[in-house]
Amino acid sequence: MISVLAPGPHTTIQDSGRPGYYAMGLPPSGALDQYAHACANLLVGNTEAAATLEATMAGPTLGFEQDAIVAVTGADVEVTIDGHPVEMWAAHPIRAGQQLKIGLARAGARAYLAVRGGIDCPLFLGSRSTYTAASIGGLTGGPLVAGDALRLGCETAGPARPGARIDSRLRSHAGDSVSLRVVPGLCTYRFTAESLERFFTSTYTMTARADRIGCRLDGPSLTYVEREQPFGAGDDPSNVVDLGYPVGSIQVPSGTEPICLLRDAVTGGGYATLGTVISADLDLLAQARAPDTVRFEPVSIDDALAARAASRARLREVRTNLNLLSLF
Amino acid sequence: MDLTAIRGGSSAYTMLPDGSRASFGGDEYVFVELDEAMSLHATLRVQSIAARIGALGLPGVVDIAPANSSYLIRLDPDQVDPRRALTTITALHADGRTTASGIRTEILDVPVLYDDPWSLEVCMRSRDGHQSATETDIQFTARINGFASVDELVAAHSSAPFIVTFPCFKPGNAESYQLVPRERQIQAPKYLTPRTETPARAVAHGGAFTVIYPSSGVGGYQLLGRSAIPVVDLGQTTREFRRSPVLTPISTLLQFRPVDREEYDDVRRLVDADQYVVRRAPVEFSLSDFEADPVGYARSLRGLLS
Repeated sequence: MISVLAPGPHTTIQDSGRPGYYAMGLPPSGALDQYAHACANLLVGNTEAAATLEATMAGPTLGFEQDAIVAVTGADVEVTIDGHPVEMWAAHPIRAGQQLKIGLARAGARAYLAVRGGIDCPLFLGSRSTYTAASIGGLTGGPLVAGDALRLGCETAGPARPGARIDSRLRSHAGDSVSLRVVPGLCTYRFTAESLERFFTSTYTMTARADRIGCRLDGPSLTYVEREQPFGAGDDPSNVVDLGYPVGSIQVPSGTEPICLLRDAVTGGGYATLGTVISADLDLLAQARAPDTVRFEPVSIDDALAARAASRARLREVRTNLNLLSLF
Repeated sequence: MDLTAIRGGSSAYTMLPDGSRASFGGDEYVFVELDEAMSLHATLRVQSIAARIGALGLPGVVDIAPANSSYLIRLDPDQVDPRRALTTITALHADGRTTASGIRTEILDVPVLYDDPWSLEVCMRSRDGHQSATETDIQFTARINGFASVDELVAAHSSAPFIVTFPCFKPGNAESYQLVPRERQIQAPKYLTPRTETPARAVAHGGAFTVIYPSSGVGGYQLLGRSAIPVVDLGQTTREFRRSPVLTPISTLLQFRPVDREEYDDVRRLVDADQYVVRRAPVEFSLSDFEADPVGYARSLRGLLS
């Protein structure tokens, strides 16, 4: 058992997500930085789908009532066990009676804590991920609160590896600027050519209006191609007949402040979308925070698939390195 | 990708044989827009194609999400190459069998207390973000659609069933489109700025669509009434939700039926005791029969519930 002594500003139980329910209006949820989430699990010998804690901007303080193995990845945070700093991206033993504290994020936005066995809570439609908008997943459908008691599961896939660490080359390092690859499409035809060029050549700034649903960006406004609005679309030129929103899609209501949707997004709505951030780069967006700068680079589907393969290869390398380690 | 290609706009799209516009949503999604405008014809084709994609049982297809005049597919690119999936989909669009001739579905009876006291209360607290400072949402919607009274609007809204065309926003919510010719579609703008509160089970109209809000929360559609029956039970603990956590999946026909306060309260009591059985009947919806005689066809659909 782990008791939540202080929850941090917004800490939720997340796993690899709850796919397959788009058609009933339920987004996939799950850890926003899937790479950091998977690395944390690999470090403690969990399956990659085991649930971790996702801490936002600052982490929780947890009292361990049993021995365990822990690892923290993602945003650059100070991690201490009974006040002694321990390395991120590495597995550490913790004993019953000890306290683990995750401090303020110095860079990046979201840190992941994996505990050997995984954080346990009831599965909801096959996932433990918290989706606060529908109050499902996690312990109660919401973020952790002080006094919560977390149980450990048995989602292990390999031996415990206290002392295991991920090579610094394979760790993510959040900076204060990020470039995101975008596949243009969806309703890109609604935007003027000049606007699309402006979008892909300008620098945007992350605003504080960012959560698991999506993030708003500040920057040059965009204009729409003039048309007589089709039946059912609504009067504003940024309106379209309501349609599905991919996770990672970018919409620009009324031409100002682009919004990029994340894994807790609504599954559809009536704003024109101009393209979609590729899956490999959603992890980078998960770590962006105000006032980081964001640039968008248009890529083809071929490039997007190549980037996905590279991202998979990186995770495979982490897995191989950790497995080799356990042989010695 | 070259910016000149973006400027040309061509490279983002694959035009399908039937004029639909297909594109990729990153590496995990395929988005196909059949029409920029809403129409019964477009929505039935969407539903027919989505059902056929589902029937193919392609490995790696995670979601098939039909919307009003478009659909979205989520894929696992580790199992299926999205470029290949698009080729498969293209063949379906070329195939004459995916016409909008009809759909096999179910019609549900939805008892509604129109012009209910809870919507009225929320309405009056939300006039700041609304088009009209003095009218309630239902009065406003009646007036701008040329009805002489709220009663006339209620009669029109319950005269013909709606078809669910896009379950979205949150589980249980479903945009539905009335089975009447376009010139008889009720239309209403959404709130200028969204309300911060909406009663759970509120029946509301925005654009050309009616929704039943599954739970309380924000919203922007004009409040017309309140459904006596719930539309979602994610835990699936009650009798109407054993098969599915949502009452109104894609293609469901909804027949709204005005009830008085007494009947509304009776239904609520039965729902709370998990003893209420929703009236439903199977339907073979035929577009040509509907187009030949919309009023008579709507009456015959209503008749299935009596």
